[in-house]
Amino acid sequence: MEFLVSGSTGNIPRSRWLLIHAAAVFSFLYLPIAVLILYSFNGQGVGGFPPHHLTLDWYRILFADGPIWDSLLNSLQVAFAAMAISLTFGIPAALALDRAQFPGKALFRRLVLLPLILPGIITGLSLLMLFNVMGAKLSLMTIVLGHGTALISVATTEVFAGLQKLDRAQEEASLDLGANYWQTFWRITVPNLKLPIIGAALLIFTLSMDEIAVSFFLIGRDNTLPLEIWGRLRRGITPEINAVSTIIFVFSLVTIVVWYRLRVRAEGSADIGTELAEGAARADR
Amino acid sequence: MFSRAYKTVVTVPPLVWVTVFLLVPYFLMFCYSFWSVSPAQAIVHSWNFDNYKELLQKTVYWQTLLRSMWIAARVMVFSLLLGYPLAYFLSFYAGKRKDLLYQMVIIPLWVSYLVRAYAWKTILGSDGVLNTLLQYVHLTSHPLDFLLYSPFAVVLTLTHIYTPFTILPIYAALEHIPRSLVEASHDLGATPTQTFWKVIFPLSIPGVVAGATFAFVLSLGDFLAPLLLGGPSGIMISNIVVSLFGAAYNWPLGAAISLGMLVIVVSLLFLSERLEKKWSFS
Amino acid sequence: MGTERLDHQPPYRRRVNTVFQSYALFPHLTVEQNVAYGLRVAKRPAAEIAQRVAEALDKVKMTAYAKTKPSKISGGQQQRVALARALVNRPRLLLLDEPLSALDANLRRQMQVELKSLQREVGIAFVFVTHDQEEAMVMSDRIALLRSGELEQVATPREIYSRPATAYVAQFIGHTNLLKGDVRGGVVRCASLTWATSLPDGQALFSLRPEHVGLVGSGAGVSGGDAVRVRGRVLHQAFHGATELIRVECAEGLVLVVRTASGAGVQNEVELEFSPADAVLVRESPERK
Repeated sequence: MEFLVSGSTGNIPRSRWLLIHAAAVFSFLYLPIAVLILYSFNGQGVGGFPPHHLTLDWYRILFADGPIWDSLLNSLQVAFAAMAISLTFGIPAALALDRAQFPGKALFRRLVLLPLILPGIITGLSLLMLFNVMGAKLSLMTIVLGHGTALISVATTEVFAGLQKLDRAQEEASLDLGANYWQTFWRITVPNLKLPIIGAALLIFTLSMDEIAVSFFLIGRDNTLPLEIWGRLRRGITPEINAVSTIIFVFSLVTIVVWYRLRVRAEGSADIGTELAEGAARADR
Repeated sequence: MFSRAYKTVVTVPPLVWVTVFLLVPYFLMFCYSFWSVSPAQAIVHSWNFDNYKELLQKTVYWQTLLRSMWIAARVMVFSLLLGYPLAYFLSFYAGKRKDLLYQMVIIPLWVSYLVRAYAWKTILGSDGVLNTLLQYVHLTSHPLDFLLYSPFAVVLTLTHIYTPFTILPIYAALEHIPRSLVEASHDLGATPTQTFWKVIFPLSIPGVVAGATFAFVLSLGDFLAPLLLGGPSGIMISNIVVSLFGAAYNWPLGAAISLGMLVIVVSLLFLSERLEKKWSFS
Repeated sequence: MGTERLDHQPPYRRRVNTVFQSYALFPHLTVEQNVAYGLRVAKRPAAEIAQRVAEALDKVKMTAYAKTKPSKISGGQQQRVALARALVNRPRLLLLDEPLSALDANLRRQMQVELKSLQREVGIAFVFVTHDQEEAMVMSDRIALLRSGELEQVATPREIYSRPATAYVAQFIGHTNLLKGDVRGGVVRCASLTWATSLPDGQALFSLRPEHVGLVGSGAGVSGGDAVRVRGRVLHQAFHGATELIRVECAEGLVLVVRTASGAGVQNEVELEFSPADAVLVRESPERK
């Protein structure tokens, strides 16, 4: 009956306004970044219009900048470590939410998802107080613990969604054929969750690389990249920041597009809004 | 199908981690808020309500909290006004480009906060891009002051950052609306506009509530944008907390404010959850 | 519709209403509000709306559920509400898109009867889409059979069954034997069968219903001296309740399906007969994109 009833749901004038609005919002979202990228090539540095002689000087200065490289290395270490922690605890958490019943499950689910929506300052400060009481010194390790904790929610959400799509019968078949739980987990469950896990890993990595709010309070002597940039920003604007921002943007862009493609392959659509909307603010199922 | 051992193994480690690194810290924050700091900058573990009295009595805290809420409210409203029509366009009108446009929405979401806030700083400054552009085309003759180091700059930047956050849940809610309902509405004589207000919008409310909550809560607790762009008039409640944990060194007082923020945020989350349930019909 | 082209107009201007396969009831509105929707949109006065809605609900026997939300009522009840919602607007025509496909068999039969009497009562044309041929035969005044988006035949149920226009129609409704034959000099030759005909020379396709083929000597024989007879071997016998369908292999590989009353014993070797008048000429149904 589709040939009779379907068809466009809009009349033309209305969708034209929507199109204009959409274009305007996209401009609003992307123009500042475009300006940033443009001015990273601007010989005159920041500000001024129009930009004068294009140059790669800022990039050259950037590449010779020692502290930036150090902080980048720190960030990478932190990101990988955080990824390890988040996945190690996030995957079992998703399994637990999917398969186990226990007292306090509702509280557990909310707690795990809370850092996703809580302002970073609260997560950061509360952990700071913990480390203070424990007598631990602030360092990259504390940042790792902070990121890892905050980002467990990302791993849990993605893996939980992947579990819903998993055919339960496959695991049953594996057990039926004589494999024990450990074997079934590694031979059946994890391979089926490959795409959500990789997606989660990518997302956690990116978020950790960009993270400032929590890191702000947990930092010791060594800076992460965002905090290094932050420090320089506080002291004044240097144009090489434009250059590093551009590079960060490009990397994030690539990572997110890859993540998106993986997700579409995994689930047919990449609707993360549902999880953000449902996961962070709903009760347990 | 899953043995007790299995369930225990998957439940206990995350439970322990979450208890140690989330529950205990919040509890510690609670404890700290009842302690005080000695003149020698040491934390004194004597239990009292002094911090809370201070918060309730000194107007600067209330003023800042209210200003923060006002900023957060504006960010929420603008994000919704910008985000909803875009989400609607994406869901109902985008056709083949839907995938590409969706990616274009989530990319800014995950690109560094710092990069985006910094971008606005360079644009809004007195010899930033916007001002020099306006003077270049002779719309203004001198730099506009209010653009930077003002609440305006904070609202603008936070709106820029959190609009994608609002678009996603609204888009998800819109996508869940069965298109047969739209067809049925047309079949019964309603124009597209009537259909939107009578059918589509009511069914998208849970997404709107979720998006609004994100924007409001995250803006309320933000301290980076005010530090970069807010100036003295744009100080928000989190900035006070930051200085209390920094130069002003009064951890207990800072903990008290943080706890207050935590309570406010969690209450808002509960409220929004109930609203979403009330308006959810599937 | 009349002289008006409906597909050039947007749906909200056609004054034709639809009952959707999924019912498409608005989940955020009560039953009453759902039924009132079309009238509200047309900005009818409140008193008129209240009265017409009450009437419509009464007609489908859903008055008691007026203030309930759709998620709380059963599939059959939702369907009635969908009907009321469409009919309350007094459309010129009602479209029903497989409205009964989601219901279980008993409920379906009940609804078929109710829909038929409702249609008589309301007095407008109901265009009913279905995949279920039995449903189509039982309910329709006329059937329009579609294949790949084009009309094959439009006729009453009896005509469609006994005088199918094409091979597709013949095979779609009920069982049939399709006989491909050569016509030469007034005689049809199909495998080892021959009978007289007034058709011109050439290829011809015939549809022969199994109930028109009789077993010689079974008492349900075919009258008329021009009966065509053929011997064959029974391949398979299938029990269908009141009747049985028997597949018989005849000379030159021709397989005929025969319908007999149940209970009659059947030998391995049988002789079949049918009257040429029952072999209906049908058109070919070539492959369509």
